[in-house]
Amino acid sequence: MTEHSSASKALSPVQAARQRWMGILARAKREDLAAHEQELQSGAYEILRAPETGMVMTRARVGGTGAPFSLGEMTITRCAVRLENGVMGSAYVAGRDKRHAKLAALADARLQDADGERWKKELIEPLAAAIAARHRKEAAETAATRVDFFTLARGDA
Amino acid sequence: MYVAVKGGEKAIDNAHRLLAKKRRGSLDQDEISSDQIAQQFPLAVARVMGEGSLYDEDLAALALKQAAGDVTEAIFLLRAYRATLPRFGESLPMDTGKMRLSRRISATYKDLPGGQLLGPTFDYTHRLLDFSLRGAAKDAPVAEREKTEPRPDEIPLEQTPASCPRVFDFLVQEDLASAEEAAEEKSAVPDITRVPLTLPACREERLQILARGDEGFLLALAYSTQRGYGRTHPFAGEIRIGRCEVWIAPEELGFPVLIGEIEVSECETVNQFSARQDEMPRFTRGYGLAFGYAERKAMSMALVDRALRAAEFGEEIVSPAQEEEFVLAHCDSVEASGFVSHLKLPHYVDFQSELDLLRKIRQGDMAEKEQKSVRANGGEV
Repeated sequence: MTEHSSASKALSPVQAARQRWMGILARAKREDLAAHEQELQSGAYEILRAPETGMVMTRARVGGTGAPFSLGEMTITRCAVRLENGVMGSAYVAGRDKRHAKLAALADARLQDADGERWKKELIEPLAAAIAARHRKEAAETAATRVDFFTLARGDA
Repeated sequence: MYVAVKGGEKAIDNAHRLLAKKRRGSLDQDEISSDQIAQQFPLAVARVMGEGSLYDEDLAALALKQAAGDVTEAIFLLRAYRATLPRFGESLPMDTGKMRLSRRISATYKDLPGGQLLGPTFDYTHRLLDFSLRGAAKDAPVAEREKTEPRPDEIPLEQTPASCPRVFDFLVQEDLASAEEAAEEKSAVPDITRVPLTLPACREERLQILARGDEGFLLALAYSTQRGYGRTHPFAGEIRIGRCEVWIAPEELGFPVLIGEIEVSECETVNQFSARQDEMPRFTRGYGLAFGYAERKAMSMALVDRALRAAEFGEEIVSPAQEEEFVLAHCDSVEASGFVSHLKLPHYVDFQSELDLLRKIRQGDMAEKEQKSVRANGGEV
């Protein structure tokens, strides 16, 4: 998940780290994130932007590499929170799961807070590992359908 | 023209109750949940998302349930829901070259880097009804899984098909086809849901309309080009199905973020060559991209996209699939079914006037004939 991080203007290490975990939180399974719900919710925080569902127009490129075109919309849910000490967290998550968006926003705030390193170790790395394992499994299933076609020589005797 | 009528509330109410009954079927059967539809009818869901122009598997499954399996009605429901949601923005252009592949085949190269990956396909099935699927599986989930998951010993260790090169990359490298490049980034990416279409359309607008167009209509048009109505000599250069990352760039963050993945089907056709002035002949290309697992749709779209490029390559426009206005104005199933269905609305006044007119004409005719016959008879006498 580095295509746009490298393509866009150079990010600071802080931004790059945040970009990574936001992408992991967005793709995490809801139940994996919900396992941390109690801890994420603990302590005072304020909802800056209540979870809200809307759409994003997805764009692709003509022929995969040409001019961008509008393919169609997808649902997305966003949320923003502020911890007591002023640290703000945001989330943009595909789909309409408001709870997922809220937990992701809280996690984004916690990760930027003083205790961030611990959150990274206990939340983000396991989520990243789960996503990677899921991808590996899917790739292996697809790889099992790889074929070698033989062309039969046409007799031109 | 149709007119407003009043009354019938009770009948309408009862008709809707009857529809609910039809949808539910026999109460001896368990009700199907929209989650089950989302999981077990993924291809129907893909079609509803694609033509409904809104990627959301749960909503598409719900629409299918509500529509009692009527795909066109489900598409209409999803389009209507779509109109109630605010738009937060646009994604960065997806990089389909980096999709996590679940299928990738080429009919133009046997041995291509990255290989041929069949994925979950109906190809090579015998199209014989499988009566073991009747009724619900009584197997425990574990046994069920054993039946459907690949056997572990058949999974090669070196498996990960990292992003593989596109078939057209080879042709472009040899200069046998033109590269598909953004000439200059347009200041605004066209979007026909925001700015109504004016003809002639650009290729980006055409692709957006085809992507949400009716699969049956596009399939028939694609087929017509193969049968000689706007021939383009196509090869299925590459078909890919997989999951693509979607990134957005929210202003307040100052950097792009990944919001998730969507499944897409992509098809690129290699078509008959064409030579522009002072140029070597090169293969031409058609492109199709659709939400979800929608191979037939992507292929049909690619064929129609190529046919619609006739003017660009100086080809004579003689067939329906090459007629931009014909294709673009008629490929939307919501518009098409809306206009066909409106014939059900009361046209009583309109019809009365037609009836009157026809009667008058016939009376006039009759009077004329009578006069004629009188004259003819008179002449004889």
